[in-house]
Amino acid sequence: MCPTSEPGGTAAVDHGPYADLDATDPAHWAFGTGFADPLAGIDPELPEGLDRTGHAALCLLLGDDALVYSHRLSEWCSRAPDLEDDVALGNIALDLLGQARLLLARAAVVDPTVVPAMPVGSPVPAEDALAFFRDAPAYHSSRTAALANGDFGHTVLRLFLWSTVRLAVLQRLVDHPDPVLAAIAAKGVKELTYHRDWSGRWVVTLAQGTEESRGRMVAAFDALAAARVELLGRYPDAGVEAEDVLDQLLDAAELRRPEEGADAGLADDLPDLLAELQSVARAHPMGRW
Amino acid sequence: MTGPLYEVFVRAKRGLNHVHVGSLHAADDRTALSHARDVYTRRNEGVSIWVVRADAITASSPDEKEPLFDPAGDKVYRHPTFYEVPDDVPHL
Repeated sequence: MCPTSEPGGTAAVDHGPYADLDATDPAHWAFGTGFADPLAGIDPELPEGLDRTGHAALCLLLGDDALVYSHRLSEWCSRAPDLEDDVALGNIALDLLGQARLLLARAAVVDPTVVPAMPVGSPVPAEDALAFFRDAPAYHSSRTAALANGDFGHTVLRLFLWSTVRLAVLQRLVDHPDPVLAAIAAKGVKELTYHRDWSGRWVVTLAQGTEESRGRMVAAFDALAAARVELLGRYPDAGVEAEDVLDQLLDAAELRRPEEGADAGLADDLPDLLAELQSVARAHPMGRW
Repeated sequence: MTGPLYEVFVRAKRGLNHVHVGSLHAADDRTALSHARDVYTRRNEGVSIWVVRADAITASSPDEKEPLFDPAGDKVYRHPTFYEVPDDVPHL
């Protein structure tokens, strides 16, 4: 129940559908209580035996990929084929932004040396310093996440390939010895399960749609062949599962398995993306947002 | 957006009824459910969604308003107002 009734005050306020927002599910509090600091109230200590440098690198690897891809997906805002899919893409971008905040904040706690130096007195929190004040070479994101957007078919296929691999990766992190990373992974698994489902349904719908939509889906598979190779190369442990899921999708879509690509041909669109993502924050290193 | 019109009903929590929250267009039933999830439950509003094709709903017509509803207007004896509702019975 909401602790809204006050002594001598009126009866408890009915928050309707929002009444459960402060429900006491312990998993919820794994992410802290603060909006400004996503990990407020979380024990910063690491379990014995975890290498801080390596663990921070893992958090950045996952966090950067989510941040960069979240930005690309957010570029669809107001441009999707219809309002409902516009909102769906926005929801997915926000899910990933949430994962990115938690992971970057965790990386900064685990190994403060990864956070770029800011001017003395700057109020920019560590997660923002990591997001806005690192240059492209310091980012650990995949090229797949940063790729400039193509058409809607390209978008749903990239989301399917990316979320399939990330889901398999996060599923393996649910039992990680760092309880914070384990909780972030558990939250992410639910989100990515929906992202994969939503994008997979669109791939099948377009592949089984008109001649035009099927042609675009085939073209998207060709365009993203190198992206698939890159993702599997980044996370070799996820390969078998991801390929198995892809086979199910190809079966449902009645598409042939695309030719194997080489990730050498993958464009590096990260610098352009970061220029837009970071320019305002960098102009105001002392800014308070 | 193409496709038929669907009406969306969301249940806020266990024990409550599904409430009509709006409508949307979708190509098929499953897409309608997905759209409803994305548009109507993104702020933690629901634990269950129904979508129903609008053309599957039989609705009363505004022209029938008087014969259907006016006769109930003056039957105060149909309201069980003489019961005390216990404090611990919500949603009655």
